[in-house]
Order: sequence, then structure tokens, then C-alpha cells
Amino acid sequence: MEQPVVAFDAVGLRYGQGPEILHDVSFAIEPGSFQFLTGPSGAGKTTLIRLILLSLRPSRGLIHLFGEEAARISGPALTSVRRRMGVVFQDFRLLDHLTTYENVALPLRVREREEASYRAEVMELLDWVGLGTRAGAMPAVLSGGEKQRAAIARALIARPELILADEPTGNVDPALARRLLRLFTELNRLGTSVLIATHDLALMDQVDAHRLVLSDGQLYSDA
Amino acid sequence: MQNALHGRRGPGALVLSDPTATRSLFAIIAILTFLAGLAAMGAQIVAASSREWRSATAREATIQLRPQSGRDIEADLARVAALGRSAPGVADARVLPKAEAEALLEPWLGSGLDLSSLPIPRLVVLRLDLEAAPDLAALGSRVAAEVPGATLDDHGSWRARLSGLANTIIGVAAGLVVLVVAASGIAVGFATRGAMAGSRDVVDVLQLVGATRRFIVREFALRFLRLAMLAALCGGVAAGFAAPLLGTIAALASATDGADEAFLGAASMGWRGYPLIALVAATVAAIAGFVSVATAKRFLRQTRAT
Repeated sequence: MEQPVVAFDAVGLRYGQGPEILHDVSFAIEPGSFQFLTGPSGAGKTTLIRLILLSLRPSRGLIHLFGEEAARISGPALTSVRRRMGVVFQDFRLLDHLTTYENVALPLRVREREEASYRAEVMELLDWVGLGTRAGAMPAVLSGGEKQRAAIARALIARPELILADEPTGNVDPALARRLLRLFTELNRLGTSVLIATHDLALMDQVDAHRLVLSDGQLYSDA
Repeated sequence: MQNALHGRRGPGALVLSDPTATRSLFAIIAILTFLAGLAAMGAQIVAASSREWRSATAREATIQLRPQSGRDIEADLARVAALGRSAPGVADARVLPKAEAEALLEPWLGSGLDLSSLPIPRLVVLRLDLEAAPDLAALGSRVAAEVPGATLDDHGSWRARLSGLANTIIGVAAGLVVLVVAASGIAVGFATRGAMAGSRDVVDVLQLVGATRRFIVREFALRFLRLAMLAALCGGVAAGFAAPLLGTIAALASATDGADEAFLGAASMGWRGYPLIALVAATVAAIAGFVSVATAKRFLRQTRAT
């Protein structure tokens, strides 16, 4: 049996000496699975994604990523793990001094690939997300929806094994939200594991997928 | 097509630069390199002059003869000169005429005085052949034994004092160069840290999309290395142009007449100063690059992408 892409076992998190904001969180993201992570605003969805990204470390419990225990992942190994994930941040985190094209190409550029080797690939993806004509635009002049699509394209461009998307349809109209969701489901059909954090019930109703519900710092499974 | 879209030839720089901070850092490094170049060049001028006059004084020795009552000083001078000529390693011995001996006292006693009634010491100048290894100690003992009042001076104490002075100046200049290079390193380290702290969002995103530390360090440090290299080049070139000027000023200030220059050597830089300035500029750039890399690595070790 294949090992889970992500496995949390009784994970707890507190900031400093403050109260624990996640308690005994246990779940797994199996290879090729599609899951929603939902819950009210402030429930800790973004925090959970940051734990998967290892930009936060748990106060207790065990996290395994691609079979490796998180406590042992640092330096080059951390970079390797992050390269296997694509992330759509809730606040997009596009670099304001780079064009849309350069932002989307960033994961390939940091892998030190020649621009000529990925130019067509990036342009194709930009066309797909409807930003083909906005490739040279700076993020400052993009609408919220365009920024979101650029952030999604950046998360997908390196064909990661796991996609983590934090409210990926929060700034787009329902039609585009459906189209983006279809993109995620198609990627999932091709074998990519997908975890989408959202509180949009209408969006979740469009896909028959496992739901993880975060509430009061605890995770419940709504199979 | 994409390049046309971008309006630039390659992908945009990942690290934003602050033009004001960049200009300031450039000016600081260029000025420091210029000063370090001048200090190194000054040390080189002193070292060259010191070598020249040490070599000149080493080729010469004098025997001083104080007038003794009841003795014929001219005969004693001739005897001393003969002893000198017969000693191994002495190429020539010349009795300094009385008028020349009196002229040597003019700086202290003034001119136009009748010194004939004073017991003015007389000198015999020995020109040495250093390759023949003259034994001046033996010669000194011999003339002292055979001619009362005769003493040999090999100029050793002069050489020691002037060497000490020259070495002190060279040491101070070397210290200045080290301090200036260190100051350049500190300035670049500070600028690198400031740039990384100011671009924290960029650093975080780069880490989260899979950039290695090496990649991020290179993006930041290369920028400062390039800046430091260019600034050091400018400072070095300016020092190279200032070098002949400084040499001329030093020559004018130190050589009042031909005799002084013959004794102390001409204060000029010579071609050796230019490689020295280039070395100083290269060192400044290398230290700047090293510090920038080390600072960037340290910053990444101390921070975690959020």
C-alpha cells in the first residue's frame, strides 16, 4: 500500500506559551485523493496548510510528508519536499515587482531551468487560466480574480504531487470558480493529490469529495 | 515574444534594489577603496625610498678624525686613507678636503665664519664594495689602534633609525588598508542584511516555491558582489590616477635639493604601485562578496519562511 502524501498524528500547535490552537489533529492525504478542508473563518485552516508546508512546526504530535518525518526534514530535504507541493495562498503572495508571466514561472526559475525551456509551458497555462493577454501585466494592475488565477497557475506550473489551495475561489465569480474547480479535479484525475481549504459550501457541493472540518482547533472527518 | 511582452531582455531581477541605498553603498566602497589604494601606495613609496637610501648608505662608511694636539692631522688623514684602501672590501678612500668638512657644519654654525681656529674633525669617505664583504669592525679597530682620535662610522645607527621610521609608516599604512577593507565588508554585510530584511516577503515566497538556500543567497549576494566589484574598480582607478600626483607632492615635499634626494632616494611610486592598488581593489571586492554570502546564509539560517 502506498504511503500517505501527508499524515498528521495527534498534532497540536501553540504559539509560544499561548493556548493550543490545534489539538490532536490526525488525518492523512492519500496519493491521488481529493479533499476539502473547511470550517469557520479563524478555525485554523491556513495554519494547518502552513504546518503541511513546514513553515510552522508542531508543538506536539507527528507529521509525515511523503513518508519522511517532518522533524527530520530541513535544509535541502525541506526544499525537495516543498518542490513536490504547489500552494495557492489566500493572499496570493505574488511578487509585485515581477510580471504575471514571471510570477507564474517562478517555481521553474528557482529550479534553475532555462527560460527558453519553459516559456511555452507558462504561456499555455496562462492562456488556460484566462491570463494569456495579461502575461506582461504587473500584479498591481490585476484584479483580485486575475491575481487568484495567477497564484493558481504558479502553484500548478511545476506539476506538483500535492496541491494545497487556501480559498482558491474566494475572489472569482461562480462561473470562473467552477472552471478552476474543474481544473483541480482534472489534475486530481491525473494523479495529483488535492487539498482545498474553503468555507464555500456551494463549491464543495459540486464535487463528491472527502471533507475535513476544523472547528475549535479540532479536526473532524465528514466522509 | 515573451521578451517583447516584458519589455526587457531577460527575466526580471528577483531582488528589488533601493536606488538610494545602492548609490550610497557604491560611493562608500569606492571612497574606501580609493583611500586604501592611497594608503597602500604611500606605503609602497616609503618602502621603495627606504630601500634606496639603505642601499646607498650601506655602500659608504666614514672615518672621523678629531684633531689631536701634537699630531699632524694631514699625515694622520693620509695614513687612515691608506689603511682604508688596503682593507678588503673597500673600493676607494677619499680624504674630504678641509673646506668640504667645514661646509658640513654650515647648517648648524651658519656661513661666513672663520673656522680655522676651531678643531674641526676631518673625514675620510670609504666607498665599499659590498660583494667583497668588507669587515668594517676589523678596519675600525685597526684605525683606532694606529691613529689616535680616529673612529669609523658605518652609518648603521642611521640606517636602523630610518628603517624603524619607514617600517612604522608602512605598518600604519598596512593597518589602514586592513581597516578600510574591514569597513567595506561591514558596509556590505549591513546592506545585504538590510536588503534581505526589506525583501522578507520575496525570500519567503522563494523558499515556499522551492528555491534552495544557495539560489536565494546567490540572488542577493551576487548583486552586492557586482556592486562592490564595480565600486572597487572605480575607487582603484581613481587611486591609480591620484598616485603620480601624490608621488610628485611627496617628492616636492621631501627633496629640497639634489643631495637630499641622493641620500633619501626619490619619492616616486614606480610601476609596482599599480598592481598593489589593483590588489587592494580586488581584496575589497572579494571581502565584500564573501561577507555578503556569509550574511545572506546567516539570515536564512535565522529565519523561517512563513
